[in-house]
Amino acid sequence: MSARAAILLTLALAALFAAALLLPLAPLRALFEQDADLATLVLTELRLPRALLALVYGATLGASGAAIQALFANPLASPDLTGTTSGAALGAVVTAYLFGFSAPLALSIGAVTGALLALGLLLALAGPRAETATLLLAGLAISALAGALTTLALALAPSPFAFYDAYEWLMGSLVDRSLDQAAFAAVPSLLVFALLLRLGPALDRLALGEEVAQSLGHDVARLRLRIVCLTALGVGACVAICGAIGFIGLIAPIFARRLARGHPGRAILPAALIGALLLLAADLAVRLAPLGRTLPIGVVTALIGAPFFLWLVAHMRWRLRP
Amino acid sequence: MILRASNLSLPGRLFGVSIEIKQGELVCLVGPNGSGKTSLLHALAGIGSPSGAVTVAGVDPRGLGPARRPRYLTYLPAARDLPWPLVARDLIALGGGGADLGALALEPLLDRRVDTLSTGERSRVLIARALAPRPRLLLLDEPTANLDPLWQIRLMELVREELKDGGRAALVAIHDLDAAARYADRILVMDKGRIAAEGLDGPHVAEIFGIERVDGRWQAVNRPADPGSSR
Repeated sequence: MSARAAILLTLALAALFAAALLLPLAPLRALFEQDADLATLVLTELRLPRALLALVYGATLGASGAAIQALFANPLASPDLTGTTSGAALGAVVTAYLFGFSAPLALSIGAVTGALLALGLLLALAGPRAETATLLLAGLAISALAGALTTLALALAPSPFAFYDAYEWLMGSLVDRSLDQAAFAAVPSLLVFALLLRLGPALDRLALGEEVAQSLGHDVARLRLRIVCLTALGVGACVAICGAIGFIGLIAPIFARRLARGHPGRAILPAALIGALLLLAADLAVRLAPLGRTLPIGVVTALIGAPFFLWLVAHMRWRLRP
Repeated sequence: MILRASNLSLPGRLFGVSIEIKQGELVCLVGPNGSGKTSLLHALAGIGSPSGAVTVAGVDPRGLGPARRPRYLTYLPAARDLPWPLVARDLIALGGGGADLGALALEPLLDRRVDTLSTGERSRVLIARALAPRPRLLLLDEPTANLDPLWQIRLMELVREELKDGGRAALVAIHDLDAAARYADRILVMDKGRIAAEGLDGPHVAEIFGIERVDGRWQAVNRPADPGSSR
């Protein structure tokens, strides 16, 4: 990534973050005039955690997506399409509604375990260098299975309100989370981000082929294990707090690689920035849309992401056509 | 001695191979399909957890990281496909970069993505990736595959040329026995995961390959038991 692109992305991110804190401006200003303390409270207790979560979750999805795409050598691999997000959601639902632990830490552990199981299953089913079709089919199967098991867990839950309760969270939501909850997503995510950045050069050399990467001194099996564990940890921790948000992890790395001259590992940093940018923008759209109610943010990312995904599939098909 | 390797094994593929290569030497590795040529190169390059001891110019390359290892050895795999469509220039840099190889005439290809190149052009880029760091030991698996006749000659001459500047050697797996005879200082014949013989003169060639030289040309040995030769 060139210095100019990095500066532009960071500036855009800062602007969107400020917008996420301040917009919509009118009610905040009115509140400030009436009761400054309450307005400060709104800012620090409502808007700050929400903006922080969008930043952290978006960055995690972008960075994890870039790492997973690099690992599977496939631009269509991403946390949601590979079933990682659904696995994490299943883990969190089982922890909360079947085992009855709803503390953030318990939810995080459940979600990370679910994500790990899903990614492990994908590696076992599709193999590390799977064809696109195999990878997507295996991911689809895992997503479907995790989705069905999630529904089953909710149906079997002792609480009669489980479905209603879980619905908003499952669709992805950044609303009404406390700063403590935000920290439960942010701390593992930052750790994961830092460690993924360190694996960037190895992932770049993996693009020379597994054999060459090994001949250059990389332990490919260990690299694979690290990526799986790190992305499961990052995505799991975010899903536990904010539910499943799709397509950011697919789209951000694709744009990021354009900034990284096609280097899959070097794309991790720009992918994190673009992911954060996209999720902040999506949350802003949710907030400012004149619908009189709040849409789940996962719906917005899916509405924008799914057509993009279709375009991508069609584009790949055209390009690969002999 | 540039390469000293002893008792190299890979489970089921390579069985206790020892090999030494002197400085300036170009050694060709020949053998039928599945005889262990690639496995030996893998074991030397540290691919697939081989057992046995390897030193290149006195150093165990397996203890070196990606920054230093390409100065001791590089490996060109036989497969010419790449998991990611990198730009040629970046691909060479990722392999450790280094010398500008004018002899490979890469200038017009450097800023193209490797998936837009022809197989032969891509091969030249991948060869450049292996040659550029000027390693002490070059491990090349079928370097002339996919190259046109002129580039086959140019490439082998380039490898010979590279070995002149001291302290370097090459081990080249190759199917073309004539090319091996023409360019190699020494030819090692592999069979069933072991180095079975040296050179291409002697009865072992017919035994191992099932071919023999008749009037200066290689021909299949006419054995009644051979499938396809009975009619």
